[in-house]
Amino acid sequence: MDEIRDLYQQVILDHNKNPHNFHKMDDADSALEGFNPLCGDHYTFYVKFDGETIADVSFEGSGCAISKASASIMSTALKGRTRAEAERLFELFTSIVTGKIDVVEHVAELGKLAAFAGVAEFPVRVKCATLPWHTLHGALQGGATRVSTE
Amino acid sequence: MNHMWNDSSTPDTTVGTVYDAQRVRADFPIFSRTVRGKPLVYLDSAASTQKPQAMIDATSRFYAEDYSNVHRGVHFLSQRATDLYEDARSEVRRFLNAERDEEIVFVRGATEAINLVAQTYGRSQLGAGDEVIISAIEHHANIVPWQMICQEMGATLRVIPINDHGELQLDAFEDMLNERTKIVAVVHVSNALGTVNPVREIIATAHRHGVPVLVDGAQSVQHLPVDVRDLDCDFFTFSGHKIYGPTGIGVLYGKKALLDAMPPYQGGGDMILSVSFERTVYNETPFKFEAGTPDIAGVIGLAAALRYFRSFDIAAIAAHEQLLLSSATARLQEIDALRVIGTAKEKASVISFTLCAVHPHDIGTILDQHGIAVRAGHHCAQPVMRHFGIPATARASFGMYNTMEDVDALVHGIHSVLEVFT
Ligand SMILES: Cc1ncc(COP(=O)(O)O)c(C=O)c1O
Repeated sequence: MDEIRDLYQQVILDHNKNPHNFHKMDDADSALEGFNPLCGDHYTFYVKFDGETIADVSFEGSGCAISKASASIMSTALKGRTRAEAERLFELFTSIVTGKIDVVEHVAELGKLAAFAGVAEFPVRVKCATLPWHTLHGALQGGATRVSTE
Repeated sequence: MNHMWNDSSTPDTTVGTVYDAQRVRADFPIFSRTVRGKPLVYLDSAASTQKPQAMIDATSRFYAEDYSNVHRGVHFLSQRATDLYEDARSEVRRFLNAERDEEIVFVRGATEAINLVAQTYGRSQLGAGDEVIISAIEHHANIVPWQMICQEMGATLRVIPINDHGELQLDAFEDMLNERTKIVAVVHVSNALGTVNPVREIIATAHRHGVPVLVDGAQSVQHLPVDVRDLDCDFFTFSGHKIYGPTGIGVLYGKKALLDAMPPYQGGGDMILSVSFERTVYNETPFKFEAGTPDIAGVIGLAAALRYFRSFDIAAIAAHEQLLLSSATARLQEIDALRVIGTAKEKASVISFTLCAVHPHDIGTILDQHGIAVRAGHHCAQPVMRHFGIPATARASFGMYNTMEDVDALVHGIHSVLEVFT
């Protein structure tokens, strides 16, 4: 059951229970929907920019612990970052959860995002962890307003 | 292969009550493997069932010893393969107690069977303003094909509502029937909730209005005795892989007069009597619906699976599964955080549930670490989920090989999910 504890780390359980930035944003510059048709995870993400900087991120919706904690931790991690920094974190995060790179070398940079390293052992759950990031990535690139994992 | 009650070696006075699931498990080689270091607890038979050795052997024997194409050759093996293929049709006919072999059409599965009826019967019968009735607890396979054909023909899809137990509201159904109703298509047993629909009553009601009924039996044939003549259904569909048979093969039963009157489905070889560029004469029922080389091995495997299944008393299998269902339901309902979704009086083999504050996906992942296979998701029944105001459920479903130990494992597994999440 060690893998289960690795997957459901305390930070993840805490953010699942009490997600941060979990609300609608009326003055958002963009609102994006992300969903996983397979399991019904469904979120809306809101972003406000201040020039090149992400001034605010929030979200609402429902889904599994992994996707909800990922959305919550992502929202805290991205606030105040530039688009370029956000892009870098997106790359890093997706590499970590797919097991492409080793988390220990990037712990400082990742902060709480490092808690998602355990996801790499659960290939079917990778989409849960990356759903918020892929959706937000769409906003940063000014692309689709609806992102589906399938 | 008669492991059933009345085994001649053990004079048994409790005829009809002894069903030995442990012995049944021995017929399914998958149970000799472990999953994540644990014995396999397979509670996902509603998605697909595991396979008995008899079915696996019949399929490989066909490829090894009897293989050839069917309906095409004068040579020995072609004749042999054709005989096996047509014997399989008779086996299915006996299984459903249909009147004639021609009423059995081989298709890829329940999905294709329903599409076939929608595209042939539907296309030839539906006009603008006509109506098709389905129910609120259909699998997407019995929604989307009707939606597609209704849209194309300008017809309307109407839906029999359900109550909060997940039971159909039959008064509403009777009121929906009118002279524009062209077909009723309802699920026999709901895959998402386990509800057993009163199809006999539904059929009788529809027939009083002169409307034919398709019964989606994808989740019923493996759990209850089914007799299409007794039900008097006009069409009946099921999938081989859910009744211990191979994937890629399924059955459409249709009353001969209806099938005869229907246009063909796909065009190609086998479904014709003669072809010229000016005019093609279609083959007879059922061949006019079986264009191209069929899944011969699948058909033979399906017949072997049905023979295996029929070597038991189906009522005894049903009784065994009911015992597992009621025990699991009672024990799961003792868990405060757990809510059973689908509490119909008549249910078969399926328990859908949610756990307060734990998403079904997380339940599924944690149970999997214990070697327990359940399904998490909307079960291809999104309208059902919407009715109950939930995105998804976790679903445990039973087959002929499940035991009380599997129920124990499930209950323990749920407790360990709760441990992680509290
Ligand atoms: C009630 C019901 N109908 C239809 C189907 C479709 O069956 P298949 O995917 O084998 O065609 C299923 C499969 O889950 C089902 O449960």
